[in-house]
Amino acid sequence: MAQAPALPTGFELPLEPRLPRIGSVDQVAVEARATDLSRRSIKREAKLFALDLAVRMMDLTTLEGADTPGKVAALASKAMRPDPSDASIPSVAAVCVYPNLVQTARERVGDSGVKVASVATAFPSGQSPTDLKVAEARRVVELGADEVDMVIDRGAFLAGRYAKVYDEIVQVKEAIGETHLKVILEVGELGTFDNVRRASLLAIAAGADFIKTSTGKLSSSATLPVTLVMLEAIRDVFEETGRRVGMKPAGGIRNAKQAVQTLVLVHETLGLDWLTPDLFRFGASSLLNDVLMQIRKEKTGKYQSPDYFTID
Amino acid sequence: MAELEQRGDRTPAPAKWEYASAPESREIVNLQERYGLFVGGEFIEPRSGEYYRTLDPSSEEPLAEIPQAGAEDVALAVRTARDAFEDGWSAAAPAERAKYLYRIARILQERSREFAVLESLNGGKPIRESRDVDLPLAAAHFFYYAGWADKLEYAFPHRRPKSLGVAGQIIPWNFPLLMLAWKIAPALAAGNTVVLKPAETTPLSALLFCDVLRQAELPPGVVNIITGDGATGAALVKSDVDKIAFTGSTEVGKAIQRELAGTGKKLTLELGGKAANIIFDDCALDQAVEGIVNGIYFNQGHVCCAGSRLLVQESIYEPLIEKLKRRLTTLRVGDPLDKNTDVGAINSRQQLEKIEELVAAGKEEGAEIYQPPCRLPEKGYWFIPTVFTNVAQSYRIAQEEIFGPVLSVLTFRTPDEAIEKANNTPYGLSAGVWTEKGSRILWMAQRLEAGVIWANTYNRFDPASPFGGYKESGFGREGGRHGLEPYLDFDGAEAFGG
Repeated sequence: MAQAPALPTGFELPLEPRLPRIGSVDQVAVEARATDLSRRSIKREAKLFALDLAVRMMDLTTLEGADTPGKVAALASKAMRPDPSDASIPSVAAVCVYPNLVQTARERVGDSGVKVASVATAFPSGQSPTDLKVAEARRVVELGADEVDMVIDRGAFLAGRYAKVYDEIVQVKEAIGETHLKVILEVGELGTFDNVRRASLLAIAAGADFIKTSTGKLSSSATLPVTLVMLEAIRDVFEETGRRVGMKPAGGIRNAKQAVQTLVLVHETLGLDWLTPDLFRFGASSLLNDVLMQIRKEKTGKYQSPDYFTID
Repeated sequence: MAELEQRGDRTPAPAKWEYASAPESREIVNLQERYGLFVGGEFIEPRSGEYYRTLDPSSEEPLAEIPQAGAEDVALAVRTARDAFEDGWSAAAPAERAKYLYRIARILQERSREFAVLESLNGGKPIRESRDVDLPLAAAHFFYYAGWADKLEYAFPHRRPKSLGVAGQIIPWNFPLLMLAWKIAPALAAGNTVVLKPAETTPLSALLFCDVLRQAELPPGVVNIITGDGATGAALVKSDVDKIAFTGSTEVGKAIQRELAGTGKKLTLELGGKAANIIFDDCALDQAVEGIVNGIYFNQGHVCCAGSRLLVQESIYEPLIEKLKRRLTTLRVGDPLDKNTDVGAINSRQQLEKIEELVAAGKEEGAEIYQPPCRLPEKGYWFIPTVFTNVAQSYRIAQEEIFGPVLSVLTFRTPDEAIEKANNTPYGLSAGVWTEKGSRILWMAQRLEAGVIWANTYNRFDPASPFGGYKESGFGREGGRHGLEPYLDFDGAEAFGG
């Protein structure tokens, strides 16, 4: 707990009794609000602005059993120069890979400014002993990761063993020191928005720099309502403590339109301050090309063949 | 924060992200320079010879000339409706009536964009709302009552329902087409003919609706639409109709009731409100804030059931008001036709002046005013979404219906006190309750004197759900099976509930 952050008011109680005091979420209303915001009409320069931002906020991801150094090297090259034909396209925020490929990614991105993020803690299930998870997190930092994306133990969370979930995050945070920690809640397994809110606040209280929706391994992932619930948790912590926690929706965001809708959600929930890769990331494997295609369409007025965008 | 700074390579947040304007095109709407009265299936010139101009309230630009129907015009429309009733409509097979209602519903769906644009143009409401709320609900209402038209015997078993004759209907300017649907659909389903007067400031969607009636091949004279101001409405009330259905202010409603006393004409009134929206400390806070916003800023607060009195449990007062104020800064006020507009124009100069007068009174009485930073257009009628805190139950802004985007916030300590304060008003149209406790919702609903009570939501409508008031908010129900009853007589059995 070396760097235990300030907690929202009411957190002086032991952990279990304080959790019910963190408020609740009304599912119908939160879905209605997300739908309303998704209908914002973002056009022309406003759209271009969002698309450029989406590129800069992207954690370009490959998390497959079949990942090889060749695949990761190609991905890292794409991360640094997403569109070689347009110099105005920025590089993405990070590449996100499995631990075994951290070194490959590290070598390829070099000092380009693109970060290397690695998943850890028995990703995606989190069903391993705590000491192994902590050791894995420590190891990926040694291998060169700038950012660690850990998963919470959903089994423990759903069994009501919140303290175990909390302690694991604290231990991982201690183990990786200043390295940037993103905590994956795997919302698709949490079942309710109330649980998403609890898990968000739990992860934040335990020291998460970012909270992240999903592993990308489930069909239900970064929907707009779930993103909104997490943004509202972040907003509550900020308003009570002044601490800024980042957000990373991951999984299910496949096209530029979804990315723009998500950014509208951030803009109208947390304001402009969160519209930076320091506080917001997209975790995605197939989003980038659609965003690039839409950028070129906004600039030239024409859609181009997908063949003009590299598949990596 | 400290951790982020230590990383050293921060990317600054942008200074602004302005959404480019995204106006819905007006092209789809074809306005005539001058309209007629729709009587007997034709547009006719008013015998009064008088016209007035209807405006776009967001720009004060005149849109068209509208007839001011006089007493003679009203009498002609009522006679025409009477003839249509006697010459076939009352004897038509119920399934025939259903057929026309279904047709109208489908045509409204097909032409919904055109109607939505016109509704926003003439009324000032955001296109987002006319597109997503007014039009779908109006069509749904016709679909719903189409289903009842040939099932009246089942709606009122053993009571032999019979149509009344001619219904005179007077509707307000806040939901012009939707209120038209609420009135016309049950009246036709029950086998009556209609003379309807839209509000003075918002006649255009009703006049376009005449085109829908022709397209649906509704027999001439079954629905007649006459335009004009309050004098026209007064003439309709005095005319030879069998029933008056009025939605509007309590003041006018009382005058109508006095006028009709002893005439034997049936009457339903849907009048004003000063609804309590009650927030308990265990509610889902962020969603309650959305409900508060939807309750009072939806349609610029021009909603009879608006949640205009916010009752907040004291233990949650500060965080809730902070959240609410923050949320207000994200409301987008402006061009009603812009798809990103949340709050549009005030419907008329007269209404704007009324809002301004009451807001001035609120300041003078000592309430604390909050308005988010907001740049209003130079022309047109506008009012910044406003919250009054520190409001006492005795202030005018806590008592009188403002009918604008102005919220008065009061506090309470216990459920009993919430009930006491909520019911302490001459009105009784609607109320909202926000709590995660199901048992408390039921406890509150049993005690609140209001026709409609929403729990953990606000301003939700469905044609199957009856709507109407207690006390000075009126009587009679619209919507649902209950909504048929005011348009029917019952042979040989007592009608229940007047």
